[in-house]
Amino acid sequence: MAEYVRPTSVGEAVAALQAGSWTVLAGGTDLYPAHVERPLAGDLLDISAIEGLRGIAEGEAGWTIGALTTWSDLIAADLPPLFDGLKAAAREVGGVQIQNAATIAGNLVNASPAADGVPPLMSLDAEIALTGHAGERRLGLADFIAGNRKTARQAGELVTTIHVPRPAHQGTRGGFMKLGARRYLVISIAMVAATLAIEDDTVAEARVAVGACSPVARRLKALENDLVGRAADGDLGLAVTAEHLSELSPIDDVRASADYRRQAALVLVRRVLGQLGSAA
Amino acid sequence: MTIGVPFILNGREVTVEADPAERLADVLRERLGATGTKVGCNAGDCGACTVRLDGAQVCACMVPIAQVRERSVETVEGLAGERLSALQRAFHRHGAAQCGICTPGMLMAAADLLARQPEPDRNAVEDALGGVLCRCTGYSKIVDAVLDFANDATAESAPAGQAVGFRLAKVDGYAKLDGTERYGADAVPPDALWLRVIRSPHAAAAFELGDLDGFIGAREGLECVLTAADVPFNGFGIYPDIKDQPVLADGVVRYRGQAVIALLGTRAALSAVDPADVPIAWTPSEPVTGIEAAMAEGAVVQQGRESNLLIEGLVRAGHAGEILENAAYVAEGTFETGFVEHAYIEPEAGWARRVEDRIEIRVSTQTPYMDRDEVANVMQIAPEQVRIVPSACGGGFGGKLDQGVQPLVALAAWLTERTVACVWTRPESMMASTKRHPSRIQARFGCDGMGRLVACHVTADFDTGAYASWGPTVAGRVPVHASGPYRVPNVTARGRAWFSNGPPAGAFRGFGVPQAAIAHETLMDDLAAKVKMDRLEFRLLNALETGDRTATGQKLNASVGMRACLEALTRPWKEALSQAGSFNGQKGHLRRGVGLGCMWYGIGNTSMSNPSAMRMGLRADGTVTLYSGAFDIGQGSNTIMTQIAADALGIAADRIRLVTGDTDRTADAGKTSASRQTLVSGRAVEAAAMDLRTQLLRLANAGDTAVIEQAEGGITLHDGGATHRPDLDGMAADDNGDILVGNGTFDPPTTPLNASGQGNPYASYAFAAQMAVVEVDTELGTVKVLRMVAAHDVGKAINPTQVEGQIQGGIAQGLGLALMEEYIPGRTENLHDYLIPTFGDMPQIDVIIIEDPEPHGPFGAKGVGEPGLVATAPAILSAIRHACGARLTRVPALPHRVLAAIEAQR
Repeated sequence: MAEYVRPTSVGEAVAALQAGSWTVLAGGTDLYPAHVERPLAGDLLDISAIEGLRGIAEGEAGWTIGALTTWSDLIAADLPPLFDGLKAAAREVGGVQIQNAATIAGNLVNASPAADGVPPLMSLDAEIALTGHAGERRLGLADFIAGNRKTARQAGELVTTIHVPRPAHQGTRGGFMKLGARRYLVISIAMVAATLAIEDDTVAEARVAVGACSPVARRLKALENDLVGRAADGDLGLAVTAEHLSELSPIDDVRASADYRRQAALVLVRRVLGQLGSAA
Repeated sequence: MTIGVPFILNGREVTVEADPAERLADVLRERLGATGTKVGCNAGDCGACTVRLDGAQVCACMVPIAQVRERSVETVEGLAGERLSALQRAFHRHGAAQCGICTPGMLMAAADLLARQPEPDRNAVEDALGGVLCRCTGYSKIVDAVLDFANDATAESAPAGQAVGFRLAKVDGYAKLDGTERYGADAVPPDALWLRVIRSPHAAAAFELGDLDGFIGAREGLECVLTAADVPFNGFGIYPDIKDQPVLADGVVRYRGQAVIALLGTRAALSAVDPADVPIAWTPSEPVTGIEAAMAEGAVVQQGRESNLLIEGLVRAGHAGEILENAAYVAEGTFETGFVEHAYIEPEAGWARRVEDRIEIRVSTQTPYMDRDEVANVMQIAPEQVRIVPSACGGGFGGKLDQGVQPLVALAAWLTERTVACVWTRPESMMASTKRHPSRIQARFGCDGMGRLVACHVTADFDTGAYASWGPTVAGRVPVHASGPYRVPNVTARGRAWFSNGPPAGAFRGFGVPQAAIAHETLMDDLAAKVKMDRLEFRLLNALETGDRTATGQKLNASVGMRACLEALTRPWKEALSQAGSFNGQKGHLRRGVGLGCMWYGIGNTSMSNPSAMRMGLRADGTVTLYSGAFDIGQGSNTIMTQIAADALGIAADRIRLVTGDTDRTADAGKTSASRQTLVSGRAVEAAAMDLRTQLLRLANAGDTAVIEQAEGGITLHDGGATHRPDLDGMAADDNGDILVGNGTFDPPTTPLNASGQGNPYASYAFAAQMAVVEVDTELGTVKVLRMVAAHDVGKAINPTQVEGQIQGGIAQGLGLALMEEYIPGRTENLHDYLIPTFGDMPQIDVIIIEDPEPHGPFGAKGVGEPGLVATAPAILSAIRHACGARLTRVPALPHRVLAAIEAQR
């Protein structure tokens, strides 16, 4: 019979992970849907009882989001406009039931190309802390997610925290837009997240990430560079060209065609930037 | 491994022994008997299992019981105290529960919201409840109920003699609100053996069964297996002469999801089986996919047939071809739709047990009597040996008119002499059940220089999937309706159903007419543009009126409310056009449009007898019972029948006891389909009630106008100044305890269609016009429906709240058909890849009820179940085109298709 272990500390959890093959369970919102037609077999490591892994703490270097922090926790947290994009994404994750149970870290570990949390956290330059036998290591989110449903997490490691660095510029804001074929409970056709730092009505720094248009969400670095120095206003989106999105590799599926995704991503990038630009 | 988990359930301490990973929903239902929490998908997609965990709403299907330790769980069973809570009573008043399967989830999500935010606005309600899907209501009345919960009122009862037309709350409503209603998967006897169907992963394949006995022997908890060889008559189907779908496939499968074998054992052992491990050797072949391939020369899905053509229906009046050649204006097009899934929130479920030489089946169904006859035929026993006791039905929409679990649980219970239960999973329900027919409709309509329609030519081809199911019904119904609710003197309309290796296409709210309406309404817009007439004026000019003849030559003698529906829309139409005009005067990527869709719909079976028989009994103590075989699947026929019975008998509606569905206790009222129950069974109820009244008055020698009073221990009749108290005590009672029984039957008068489709196919037609206002994002191709105004001629609204509920729910399904729904085998077999509308997708809906009395109907009423959705997709498509010029000929109008259409016309 399969094991079910529910440690109360990171140490215990990591110790358990050193032997055997475990599926890590937190909010359950990815694990259970994957087992509708087939049995839930194998050993489960339920990390939901680990103390100290839930909640958001602010420090000098930035913010630390515990791996058990749910989307609802994030929505309710008092956070600066930097997090507006991530909060907007949180409201688009499933329905309230999912937001109450699902963890932000779980969304990253699941590594779906359409994960709602990935583009905003990429645009926040987030780092993932993994704790293993030998201690903690940190990876940039883009390095952590290695592909469709693949991460750099090793079997003996647990994702413990997500770090969002304090931006270099005061008043950096985040934005997010998700496109789906219905209002609630929808998997993205495309989504865009951005953070924008504005000084003297000019873009000082920009980070833009697009999701659901490649196996892993992507930052648009050429665009980010081109935005720096431009006037921050409602027309900021006009700076975006199709060329800026050339690294995306969208697919055709039941939700949309690849061509459409490319087109829609461009529109969404323009809109998010226009919105952030005019909010200055 | 099991552990003990103590927690608080609805304020009470409980401890369960369970596998720590067991879903909270399963623990509640199976270990604690708290079946008020429903399971619709086990994947967090539908929200039916929503409970509160430490006050916060979660899906109980995704919470491992280990995480519930020492926490507090609140379920629907915990909402009511001595009486229903204010929230539950608000749901009751507003008609917010139809089938009721989503209601517990809705209530728990709303309870969570109201605890945090006691005075929410509409947006807050939508956000908080947005994770729960409803397929019946269109969400409007649920939002209304939550917003009105503080108005702590109880639903009013109708005074005697005034039940018809009264907004009576559901007579069977409480059980849907407090968790006590029993659906197909609830109340399964604990000693039941479970059955799991192993299904084909291929759309077309031959197969050989391997060592199944070895497979079973190696797995603890599995007991036996059923294969095709165990089925006495291995074929079922809607039509008596087309029993073409095997209960279990015999060496060949023709669609993905087809039943191959049935395993029996404990529920745990069955769920531990990975279907890929079952020893079945498959030899897949190239499937026939889509109408084009189905029609191709030489293509044959069902061996032994000459081609894939199942059937062809034809209606021909005048000389459409010739007239179209010379018409002043002609519009034409080819329109396509895909498979659409019913997506009732309750997957197929039921159980059976053998009682000596009879079999009793408790099942979620739309058609108890058809089930009885079909099971009897499969088992080769007499129909009287089969008893169907329907459970509550958690949504049907046509999908539960076919055989689901019935033949298999019956056969297994018969052979094993055990109670046998089967509950389909969501993916199984989606793979195996019938779908709306995909269509390709080629249509040409012509009018004269004044805009008067002169002719139409329609060829409607339907993909009927692997087996016939209701294919003949669609092929027969569509040609009758293909010309739309208009006066068209020359018509040639064909309907053809073609076999393919798709899932069987069956009955789905409208039987092909919604698909055909997309064609005729788009062409009405085309012609109006050519003639340079307003779209509504154009339709008014051509609308059918009393005295007109239809394309089948039927003279419409009464209750033709098409013009009245259009006239009712005239003002909102003009206002909306003007508002859209000023909105579009602004710059930007958002464009608004206003569109119109009209429809007509024949009530009941097409040119076929479809009688209903009803009984009403009176006991010596004055108790009145209505024995109704008209099965309520959430649409409200229990309430409608009670209202009709009350006024026809002359007592208050709340004094009528209802016995419903059970084939041993009620007469055959026919299927809950074709929008027929109000008209057909309603008339039978009226007749039964009048028969009972006549007998009672005769007994007391009272006059026709006597007033019936159910007094203490009997009946008192007040006749003018006189009072009669008939002595009922001495009278012999039947098995039900009734001393008088009134009987009523009704079969709507129709005639067969001849070779040219001439005849009177229906006794009555419903009419409707719907107006849509949409906003199109011209850069993304997304469409937001802002408003619908729906004018429906229902003859007489027996219950206006329920009429609104049917229309709002129909509009939700029509909106899904128009904008998001398409079932693709292997790709959209769950409720996150297959999208149905959520709270946030529904517009404001204004319902305008037109009452042009139907002489054949009870109190002038006709049907509204299907008409609700028929006009919706055309109205939305018309509005999209008005907004941005995109003329869509294929639904769903997904964003990429809309954007492509916008770009194509630039």
